[in-house]
Amino acid sequence: MVPEIGHFALVLAFAVSICLAMFPLYGYLTSQDGFCATAKPLALLQGLALAVSFGVLMYGFLVNDFSVKYVADNSNIDLPWHFRMSAVWGAHEGSLLLWSLILAFWGVAVALFSRGIPDHMSALVLSVMGMISVGFLAFMLFTSNPFVRILPFAPGNGADLNPLLQDPGLIFHPPMLYMGYVGLSVAFAFAMASLISGQLDATWARWSRPWTTVAWAFLTFGIALGSWWAYYELGWGGWWFWDPVENASLIPWLVATALMHSLAVTEKRGLFRSWTLLLAIAAFSLSLLGTFLVRSGVLTSVHAFANDPERGVFILGFLIVVIGGSLTLYALRVAKVSEPGEFAYISRESFLLFNNLVLTVMAVSVLLGTLYPLLVDAVGGGKVSVGPPFFNAVFVPLTAILVSGMAFGPLTKWRQSDDPKLYRPLIITLIVSVLMGLGWPSLLVGSYSIGTAIGVTLALWLAIATAVDFGKKVGLYGGVTTTLNHVEKGMIGMWFAHFGLAVMILGVVMVENHTEHRDLRMGVGDAQRLDNYDVRMTDLVVINGPNYVADQATFEIYVDDQLFKTVTPQKRRYNVSGMVMTEASIDSGLTRDLYIAMGEPLGDGDWAVRLSVKPFVGWIWAGAFLMGLGGFISIMDRRYRRKLEVKKDEASGEEVPA
Amino acid sequence: MNPKRKQRLLIVLGLVSGLGIAIGLIMFALSQNINLFFTPTQIAKGEAPSAQMIRVGGMVADGTVDRDPQSLKVAFDVTDFDHNVRVTYEGILPDLFREGQGVVVQGRIHSGQFVASEVLAKHDENYMPPEVTEALRQSGKLDQMMGGQK
Repeated sequence: MVPEIGHFALVLAFAVSICLAMFPLYGYLTSQDGFCATAKPLALLQGLALAVSFGVLMYGFLVNDFSVKYVADNSNIDLPWHFRMSAVWGAHEGSLLLWSLILAFWGVAVALFSRGIPDHMSALVLSVMGMISVGFLAFMLFTSNPFVRILPFAPGNGADLNPLLQDPGLIFHPPMLYMGYVGLSVAFAFAMASLISGQLDATWARWSRPWTTVAWAFLTFGIALGSWWAYYELGWGGWWFWDPVENASLIPWLVATALMHSLAVTEKRGLFRSWTLLLAIAAFSLSLLGTFLVRSGVLTSVHAFANDPERGVFILGFLIVVIGGSLTLYALRVAKVSEPGEFAYISRESFLLFNNLVLTVMAVSVLLGTLYPLLVDAVGGGKVSVGPPFFNAVFVPLTAILVSGMAFGPLTKWRQSDDPKLYRPLIITLIVSVLMGLGWPSLLVGSYSIGTAIGVTLALWLAIATAVDFGKKVGLYGGVTTTLNHVEKGMIGMWFAHFGLAVMILGVVMVENHTEHRDLRMGVGDAQRLDNYDVRMTDLVVINGPNYVADQATFEIYVDDQLFKTVTPQKRRYNVSGMVMTEASIDSGLTRDLYIAMGEPLGDGDWAVRLSVKPFVGWIWAGAFLMGLGGFISIMDRRYRRKLEVKKDEASGEEVPA
Repeated sequence: MNPKRKQRLLIVLGLVSGLGIAIGLIMFALSQNINLFFTPTQIAKGEAPSAQMIRVGGMVADGTVDRDPQSLKVAFDVTDFDHNVRVTYEGILPDLFREGQGVVVQGRIHSGQFVASEVLAKHDENYMPPEVTEALRQSGKLDQMMGGQK
């Protein structure tokens, strides 16, 4: 009975989303305020219905209701309760439900926090989000219903969750990633609403800016968590694989990053209006494309679990409707967009334009590399694959170009910047970072590598330039009266994010150039030396877990003949599915991780063992964390909480000091 | 031409040429870095280039996995049930690697043997890499394989 409540709530949400897609839009087109006013209540009702539906599915997992096929396929009595909860989004149907729930959640957030926005505008925004919701809920109800039952003969036990997903990573990674993916729909909806209403000045940029930033921050966290999860669970110590599904999340991230910066220009200066609209459409369309790539299984990927081609066709059709529809509307309206104002060649505008150009090229290159196998196959060119060498060859130099501009950008002023004082701190910064960068490999690493020197120089250049900018703005050098309290939160957020990127680049450069790594054959009593660590295998036992049996080895790690740490990596075999999983042991530190994993049994009690020392690997995720944190700090800015006074400024003209 | 238009024209020209150059370079990098896929039958017929990085997909043939007792060296046959390719590899195999399982190996042909630099097996037992499905379909053994699995 209970699952039917969830099913019913899902159908109700579908009906509500159809109303939401139609009524406010109809009300706007016919100037009937009564219809426009339905938007907010409908958005709230949709959110409530989906929350009930989601709650019922989660309840089904918690009470082991194996009469629900989705629960039976993805859970098991022996599965610990927290994994039963996260198993809700462990497979296709449930993750779609999570996606729809988050979309509805964003709709509720828009309905509640849009008091500064004219009613007809928020009605249109919610209506566009309702249309997206219709697509996803129809997809779920017609091809992927999570409430399908196995009756009357329900199985006594479930088939268990894929062991790969039995990890805290599953609890956080997909919800974060979806918050980001789906959050971009808000920026998309604002762009569409301004195109529909023809109000194409810069006001939509101010409204959608905080939403874009917060979605971007979630996306940053989501991708970073996925990378970290891959590192310790399935990646054999790698942190990024240029897997199609990773790329599918990176592409919208790159475009969303460009969008955030271009929104700043549109909001503050009223420039790049049509470009910003296009980016908003592109960012969300690419996150839909990402969903298509993940869910259709057209690409070979670690995420490509067994799946159903019919679903791929549905999402592809939806993708065509969304992208085709939005671009058609854009094409019809873009001629009306005016681009007032000029700017000097050295100005903040031109640096943000540069940022957008580089980020777009990065996104296009990743997109081309990801889709190239599909394109070649479609024209009968045979099966090909594009590997990491391509992505590294393209991405690394582009990042270097991007970062060299990032040091200048924040120091410049809007409109023009012929200020010679600008260059003085930058020249000093450059000299310092080059010297430190050149010295770094010989001081901190045994071997000299020119790649490390360049990479470290870039990271330091960015970090120091960000610090210089910070010092200037808070008046460390005198001449400025502002204190930290008066600096815009957006500025503080930017410092965090730019500094975070510097931290991340340092981590990437070090781990890619100086990882010490060996695959070895080891048995009890064997010792191996790696870097300055002596690793001894001292024991090998069999352990019984709640739903698996594990071979567990004990390794003692010695530094200078002193016992430094004892670790116990495992090789697990899950009882129900029979799948084998590697549980690596990682000793994390500030400047290096020590990674030990068991490969496979080789007979005679020997095991294949992987030993790695990974310098600065933790800095990659620390950097990403700082970046995401910067996003959340930005939206704390007071001006986003100002309500109706903002609206009054619109009438007076384009330039609003903010 | 007024200065505003001139600036906009310059920006657009800059953007278009920048993007054009970038896409040209990307396509060049792509053409240098793609790995073509071959079936065991194609390799047996000598259709695959030697000394170039390629991919081969198929099933790990039963009873063909040989391990070196001293090191991490391993050799096995990849089959599409028409022809076999002998693959050698040194390193840790993926957790789902076993006889009768679909794999994709990446590497080079060296004096008649395929020296793999990477062995890919997927993280879901029911999942078959599309390349392997394709290889089995081409050899006409896909139905037999699917029937055998049930």
